[in-house]
This record gives sequence, structure tokens and C-alpha cells, in this order.
Amino acid sequence: MTTAEQFLRYRLPRRYIPVLATGALFAVMYSVGAIRYKGFSDTQVFLNIFIDNAFLLVVAVGMTFVILTGGIDLSVGAVVALTTMMSGSLLAHGWPAFVVLPMVLAIGGALGAGMGAIIHYFEIQPFIVTLAGMFLARGLCYTISTDSIPITDGTWTRLAQTRIRFGNYHISPSVVVAVVVVLAALYALAYTRFGRNVYAVGGGEQSALLMGLPVARTRIGVYTISGLCSALGGLLLSFYTLSGSGTYAVGLELDAIAAVVIGGTLLTGGSGYLAGTVLGVLVLGTIQTIITFQGTLSAWWTRIVIGVLLLLFILLQRVAAIRRQ
Amino acid sequence: MIAFTRHKLFWPVLALVLLLLGNLVFTPGFFNIKVLDGHLYGSLIDILRSAAPLALISAGMTLVIATGGIDLSVGSVLAICGALACLRISKQADQGAVGGVLLAILLAVALGVVLGAWNGMLTAGFGVQPIIATLILLVAGRGLAQLITSGQIITVRSPPYRKVGAGYFLGLPIPVLIAIGMVLITVLLTRRSALGMLIEAVGGNATASTLAGVRARRITFMVYVFSGLCAAIAGLMISSNVSSADGNNAGLFIELDAILAVVLGGTALSGGRFSLGGTVLGALIIQTLTTTIYTVGIPPETTLLFKAIVVTIVCLIQSPAFRAKVFQRRRRPVVVAGPAAVEPEKAPTGDRA
Amino acid sequence: MAVLSAHAITKEFPGVRALDGVDFRLLPGEVHALLGENGAGKSTLIKVLTGVYGVEAGEIRLGDALVHFASPEQAQRAGVSTVYQEVNLMPNLSVAENIFLGRQPGSGARIRWSRIRARAHELLARLRLNIDVTRPLGGYSLAVQQLVAIARAIDISAQVLILDEPTSSLDQGEVARLFEVLRQLKQEGLAILFVTHFLGQVYEIADRITVLRNGKLVGEYLPAQLPEVELVRKMIGTELAALERVDEQTQRGLAAAEQQSPVLVASGLGRTRSIEPFDLTVRHGEVVGLAGLLGSGRTEVARLLFGADRADHGTLELDGTSVALRTPRDAADNGIAFCPENRRAEGLIPELTVRENIILALQASRGWSRPLSRRRQEELVRRYVELLRITPADPDLTAGTLSGGNQQKLLLARWLITEPRLLILDEPTRGIDIGAKAEIQRLVVSLSDGGMAVLFISAELEEVLRLSHRIAVLRDRKLVGELTNDERVDVDLVLQTIASGGATP
Repeated sequence: MTTAEQFLRYRLPRRYIPVLATGALFAVMYSVGAIRYKGFSDTQVFLNIFIDNAFLLVVAVGMTFVILTGGIDLSVGAVVALTTMMSGSLLAHGWPAFVVLPMVLAIGGALGAGMGAIIHYFEIQPFIVTLAGMFLARGLCYTISTDSIPITDGTWTRLAQTRIRFGNYHISPSVVVAVVVVLAALYALAYTRFGRNVYAVGGGEQSALLMGLPVARTRIGVYTISGLCSALGGLLLSFYTLSGSGTYAVGLELDAIAAVVIGGTLLTGGSGYLAGTVLGVLVLGTIQTIITFQGTLSAWWTRIVIGVLLLLFILLQRVAAIRRQ
Repeated sequence: MIAFTRHKLFWPVLALVLLLLGNLVFTPGFFNIKVLDGHLYGSLIDILRSAAPLALISAGMTLVIATGGIDLSVGSVLAICGALACLRISKQADQGAVGGVLLAILLAVALGVVLGAWNGMLTAGFGVQPIIATLILLVAGRGLAQLITSGQIITVRSPPYRKVGAGYFLGLPIPVLIAIGMVLITVLLTRRSALGMLIEAVGGNATASTLAGVRARRITFMVYVFSGLCAAIAGLMISSNVSSADGNNAGLFIELDAILAVVLGGTALSGGRFSLGGTVLGALIIQTLTTTIYTVGIPPETTLLFKAIVVTIVCLIQSPAFRAKVFQRRRRPVVVAGPAAVEPEKAPTGDRA
Repeated sequence: MAVLSAHAITKEFPGVRALDGVDFRLLPGEVHALLGENGAGKSTLIKVLTGVYGVEAGEIRLGDALVHFASPEQAQRAGVSTVYQEVNLMPNLSVAENIFLGRQPGSGARIRWSRIRARAHELLARLRLNIDVTRPLGGYSLAVQQLVAIARAIDISAQVLILDEPTSSLDQGEVARLFEVLRQLKQEGLAILFVTHFLGQVYEIADRITVLRNGKLVGEYLPAQLPEVELVRKMIGTELAALERVDEQTQRGLAAAEQQSPVLVASGLGRTRSIEPFDLTVRHGEVVGLAGLLGSGRTEVARLLFGADRADHGTLELDGTSVALRTPRDAADNGIAFCPENRRAEGLIPELTVRENIILALQASRGWSRPLSRRRQEELVRRYVELLRITPADPDLTAGTLSGGNQQKLLLARWLITEPRLLILDEPTRGIDIGAKAEIQRLVVSLSDGGMAVLFISAELEEVLRLSHRIAVLRDRKLVGELTNDERVDVDLVLQTIASGGATP
């Protein structure tokens, strides 16, 4: 068979189709924006999507792990807000940055681990446990303070204002952090046993148990990761806003879930790629940018469009599932 | 006496009584009710009035949870419907025209029903998980509400409209009467007809119910519509009380309160048997709790935290796995049923897997 | 010297003793078939041997050593692995990955995919399978998936391989290929435990046979010394001594039954991948038995006739009128009733009371707006509780606390209240004590004498023969024969009909 024939005979593995669909969606949206609005195609505009959504990307990575096991984490937004509040409060009390940073991360991870343990050992549905976790975290926020807390710590302001430049363009350190997290997650999911176990548990918990896989460790692990990512996302957000507030990130869980689902990961678990989540975040960011450029539409349209997109993708997943039966 | 304590509503009633008595200790005039201009006034009346929207939403939530589902969108629906009513009234030439106000109210209620039907279609029709289906409306709904209000808080000056939330009839606040009425209608509807039992059957085992000829999908659809209806009416109560609509903050976090009320009242989150009476008690408890926290001087910001902890504890207690692991340390003896029961030949050896 | 042996195994679940003093041994280099009908304990024995369940009594030995498996992981590490009927691998992951899931080579942190792919290819080649190991497992046929599962199993443990119903979904060619592989593995010294209900295959591949019935060991045999008919008799058992003979009643009105008009006429009714198009007629006052072994399609027939599944071929007529049954509601409105096989999962609503469970179908048919008055409910429930002798007789107990036999009677009561014209019973006497069994059988007879049409499904041929006017025989998802239950028909004839696949004598 000649190379040409091989090329023509090559059929796209079906499992890549959802991610490619998301990629196509992103390309289409970006093109529409570039055509309609002047200045949209400027590279810096593209990089700004990353700068503005670095924290969402990190949170969505954590959410990907959870959804891959067939679960869900509704507490991410609340943990993000809690992290900003804790950071603000501790820094205002004079705690040094190098103590605060690891500490809030540890707390986020611990919250996640706690939820994961309750979900696994007491066999309570993830949505209830993480919903309670969400209100617990928000409640803690308001207990710390009902007002927002400005952050004036040196490390924070430095990180907030630093620009990493190359050529005419720049990005923020948060973007670098987000990229590192994405790469680490990509590696974990593809090259570690834990990562493969995540897919297995999502593919079928019963089968995973019968195959002798460590289901408990995997499940608690993904919720811990989600907690860590939420905390990290909170830190990135606090760099961006230089303040902590209990009203931040309300509805972030939906954005994260939307990014994951639009990225092609099945809500039922077991199938999906992290690259899809990244594309999903890009799609959400592009929507936001288009609306900003449009100028006349209020920002609330973003919520509605995201809701509609999420709905569409979920219905597609359902239809595909019904047809497969 | 023992039989009395076994009644399923015993604990909620006790909790409520204790809370009320506790308030009495701090505020000696707590139970006082005055009559002014033919209207009743007092702390107890305030609690009732504030609890009315919550009780209504919780009633709708009870039925949804009884079928094994959940409705997270009630807060958003509440805001949307209140916003629509206020928008319509604000556009009227004469905001006090009763006809126009009635039309606005009708439209708002209709919208609530439509949104409930939307949720019902996604869950019963397409089989989307209730948590996801209602989550979408929860967040997209806030966007919708903001759209209706154009990002502002719409204020209206309409005496007829204000009556709905702040008026009195027969001495009692109108919202209280509406809530009592709706709850009574719900109780009659579910307990006088076979609907209650059918809902409990669907929640208990949907497959078995379908095979017994129950129209499970239709019932599931209807409870979401009902939940939407309740949310709409509650939204009207709230927005008319303050004569304005806030798309962002109206009904914020009310879903947690509703779930908590349902759970406190004895309905399990997994579905099946439900108790509307218990739910109403639960709503009263939550409202009294909020008042108590205020009176005692605990910062009100901690209420959210407190509620979350209570929900967690109640859910844990309701979970059979939790009870098994924590309370039943000894292995229960295995019973072999039927007349052919035989004693085990040896003492059991080895561990259970 | 047995490589795996079990002695006096007893395993109990709430309300039932699944295994009662069972002995078992597996020798190296042999294929050992484990047989028994539904509820005989085959699956439970497998799960006990592989660490999924613990036991109340008995011991398990690997070779000489006493072992105790607390999890499938431990059993696997000790050298015992299982391939389950549902394959239990991950369809969303690749073939190669499935083989090595949980034990990927490569030091801890980095999985070496190239090595995995190469090894997977090697292992499959040993089983004469040459496929693209990078494609998701779900894209391959069940036969291939099974071979992949076997490859995983033998890579994990070279000692014992347990196959639980491996051929249920395979066609002739795939079965032949599987058996070649098994013979090869056998020669390499592997001990293979093979659970199945396909008797022909047992004789083709097994070196020894163990039969279980009702949780007890019936015996261990060599295939050469046990003809098929004898084998079935041992699996199904004859309990005539314990039951009252109602044979006289069976011979009753065969002729009269034939004069009655048909209640149900199914013509070419079928559902793709579920049951092949069949014709079936049931007359008023007639009991039609559906006989066939596990997996032959009996429940599928019942579900089609009840609207629980939708037919995509053929037509259905009830009392002369053509109907399309799309949901159980449609069927119930047309006077058809169905007691499903799986009482707990599909029949009972455990947290509702006995009373509520019993009136459920009747209430559903009246709709939500016409509730039965409390008085009427209690009256009806009392009547049927007495009639069927449901114990305990308190209608306000939660249904989940009743024993198996009483739960079955409760389901029967639920449907009898609706006074259906056709009653479909799927394994109504399975897992029930002898006394209740006899009661239910007598009830079926009296119902049909009273004019009700009954479709009776059971794996116990004795029971089917005792009760039916006519018997429809199923095999491998196809209706292969129909017998009128007169004097010449006995268990042997039914078995032969099953075995021959329809070639009538």
C-alpha cells in the first residue's frame, strides 16, 4: 500500500472525535471574533484569555480528575473563595507569605480528602457531600469576614504585577503556574498508575474492584486533587484581584464543569482527555472576550451562553448514550 | 409516652419547642402578640412571615426529593419570576392598576411553571441527572434574572402588589396565608389522592414502579413543574414584600435552606417516604434558628456554616453505610427464613469479606 | 494433587443459605465444569474461591496450604484469577492497557507504554489472537474481549483460571476457537474451572463435572459416566416426594382448554438481539409453560408480551384486537400482568408497606385521581393475604422484611387484585421453600381452572410439566418447539426438544 493510500485509509479513532469537535468549536468561535471585531486577532488578546482564566484552568484540571471517576465536585468555587479569604486574613495578621502559601494549599487538599473519604466510605452521593462542602466553605468565608480583605503583601503584589515579556507580548506568572499544572496532570493521567486507575474507576467501579484496583485510594485521591487545584486556583485569583472575598467565584463550579464537559469528557466517567478541558476553557474565555468586544451585551449573557452550551453538550452525550443501548 | 417519642415528627417538634423557649429566655416578650389595626404583630408573627417563602419552596422540594431527585434551581427561578413581575409592573402607566398587577403575577407564575417543566423535561424526558439539569438553571438562571432586570434592581410603587408580600388578611400576613394554603393544597393533593403513594413508590424503586404500571416519568415531570410553581409564588412573596426585584441576591442559597428543611423534617435524600408536615416544621426551625442567632448575638455570617454542619450530620445519620460502620460494631446474626431453617453446623470461622 | 480445593464451604446471606457444606477440588491440567441451575450456588462458589466473599464455614486450600482471600486482589496475587461473564474489563481503555491495568510494568512513576503494547501483543499471540492492541476494548466483539480477559488472567496467574459463563454470548465459531485455546492452556498445565449451562459444551470440553443444587453439592462425575439426561436430572432434581401430586389436575380439560378462544396471539413477535421472532398463542383458562435453560430467552419473551421491552418485529392480538404494547402501563390496561424474575430489584418496593405494595398495580391503573379508600384497601389486602397465606399477616409491615416466599406471594397478590386475563409468571418459585412452592403451584392451577390464562416460566421442568397444558420450548433465544402436555410428554422429551434444537421426534 502506498503512503498515499495509507493516508486515505486512515480513519480517525473514534475516541478523539469529541476533543477535535471542541477544537473545531474553538477555532470557529475565534474566527468569528476575529472577523467581526477589530483588534480581536491580536495575539495579546489571545494571551489575555489565558491571563484572565488561569485560575479557572487550574480548577478545571482538578474537576477533570473528579468527573473522570464519574463523580462531581460542587465545592470548587467555595474553596477558591475560602482560599482568597484565608490568604487575605492571614496576611493581614502578619503571617509571612512563604507560610501562607503552602498552608492554604494544604487546607484545600485536606477538605478535598475529607469529602472524598465521606463519599467513599459512607457511600453518600458526591453531589450531596460536595454541596455541603460548598456551603461549609462559603460559611467559613463569611465567618472570617463579611467584607472583602485587601491584600498588600509584597510577594502577592509582586506576583500580581510581574509581566513575563517576550517580544511585544506578555503573560503573567499565573499562566506559567497553570501551564505547569496542566502538564503535570497530563503526565499523571497518561503515565502513572494512579492516572490510569482514575480512568478505570470511571469506566466501572465494580469491574475495577474485581480487577483488584485500589478504588478507595483513587477516589479519595481525585477529590484531594480537586481540593488542591481549587486552593491553587484561589491563590491565582488572589494574585489577580489582590483581595479576598466570600463573594468570589460564585458559579465557578458550573464554569469548571462546563469546560470539562465541552472538552469532551463524559459526565458518567471513564472517558475524556485533559487537552479537551484546556480547549473547553479556551472556548469559555473566547465567549467572554467576544461579549466584551461586542460591548453592548451585558456580561450576564456569558452565564446564559455557557449554560446553553453545557446543555447542548450534555444532551449530545445523552443521545449518544441512548443510541448505544 | 414511649409511643409518642417514636412518632417521626417528635424530634422536629421538640427542636422547635426548645428553640422557641430558648428565645423566650433571651427576650421575655418573645411570645407576645399585639393586635394593631386588626393586624397581629409580634416576634412569632415575624418568624411565620419570614418562613412562608421557605416553607413553600421546601414543599415543592419535598416532592422532588421524594422521587429521588433534587432541584437546585429554586433560588434562580424565584429571582427570575420576581424580576418578571416587577418589570411588567414598572412598565405600566399606572403601577397601581389591579388588572395589570394581576396580569404580572399570572405571567410570573406561568414562567415558573415553564421553568419547572424545563427541568422536568431534562430529567424525566432525557434522563439527565437531576443535579446537573437543575445546576444549569441555577447558574444560567441568574444570568436570565439579570437580563430581565438589566442588571439593576427594579423598584416599583404599587400598593396592590405590595399587599401580596406585606399585606394582611384576617389579621395574618398574606404570605403566611398563601403558604398555609399552598401547603394544605399539597397535602390534600398528595394524601387525599393516590399521588402521594405513587410518588413514594417511584422514589422507593422506580423500575419496580414502572413494571407495576405506574407512569413514573410523568410523575417525575410533574413534581419538577410543581417545584417551579412554588418557587415562582415564593419569588412573588419576597419581591412584593420589598417592592423590588434583585436578580442577583433574591433567594441566594435558599436551596440549601430548603434541602435542610426537607431533611430535618424526616424525608430521606435518597427518596421514598416524605412528610410535608415535617418539612414545614423544618422550615420553621430554620427560621427560628436564624432569629435565635440574631437575638443571642452570634454573628449572622456564621449561619451558613452552621447550616452546612447540620446538613452534613443529618445526611451522615441517614446513610445506612454510616450507621453500619459507626453504630453496629457487632456482627448481626444471620437469619435463615422459612420452615426449613437449619442451625449452622459449626461456629462461624473466618472474617466476612 | 489438587491445585485448588475447598472443603465444607458454607456461605449465608440475609434470609438465604447460598452454599451449604460444599466440597470442591480442581486438578492441574484439567478443564472442570461446574453446573447447576439458577440459585444453585455456582456464582457464589466462584466468588468465595476468588476472594469476593468471605465464608461462614469451611476452608480453602491452594495446593497443601490453607489460604484465606480477603479481596480479589489477594486471590489474584496468589495465582487464582477469574474471567466473569460480563468480562468486567474497561471498554473505554485500550486492549493492551486492560491486560496490564493495576500492574503496569515500569518503575512506579512512569508507565512504559511501548513495553505494554509489545507484551500484550505477545500474550494475545499465544492465544492465536492478532489484533491492534491500541484500540479501545469496547470496539471489539465480546468473544475477543473474553480472550483479552483470559490473556490478562493467565498473565497474572499461571495456576488457576476460572471462567464464569464464558460462552453465553458467543457463536459456534467463537466457541470453537475458545475451546482450542483452553485445550492448549490445559496442556500447559493450567487448571481451568468452567462454569456454564450449555450442556453440549460440557461434554465437548470438560474432563470432570461438579453439580450443585440449591446450595448443596450433588456430586462430582466423569462426563463419560454421566449421560446428558442423567446430568439434567441431577441439576434439576426430583422433589415429587415432597410435593403433592397434582398430575390428575394437569390432565384436566386439555381438550376443554383447546376449545377456548385465544387471549393472546403473538405472530412473528421479536426484538433484535433479544429474541428471535416467534409465534405464540395462549387461550383462556390455559397454562402455557415456557421451558428452556438459562439464557434461552424466556424472560425476554415475557418482557415483550408485557411491554417492558418494545418489539421491533411482528404483531400482538389480545382477544382478537390488535394492540401495540409500548409500556407496562399499556399491557396492564389490556389486562396483562407480570411478576418479574428479580423480585427485589424489579418487583418489590422495600420501604413501602405490604398493603401499599399489594394495591400498587391496581392504584396505578385507576390513576392518581381515583384513590382506593382506606377501607377498600384493607378489605382487598386482607382477602388476598388470607387467600395466599402471606405471613406475617400484618399489612402495615414494610415489605422488605418479608421472606422470599412471602415476597413472591405479595407480588402475586398485587397482580391478582387487578383481575387480569393473562398472568405472566417468571420463575415464581425460585428460591422459595417447598411449602410455599406447592401453594403457588396449586394457586396457578386453580386460577387457570377459573378461566385465567397463565404463561408460566420456570427452569424446573418437573414444575412446568405439572402445571402446563402446553409447553413452548426455547433454546438460544429462539422458540424451537411446542408440545401439548399429554401422557407421552415427560422431562426426557422436553430435554430432547431442547437438545435437538427443535427437530421434533
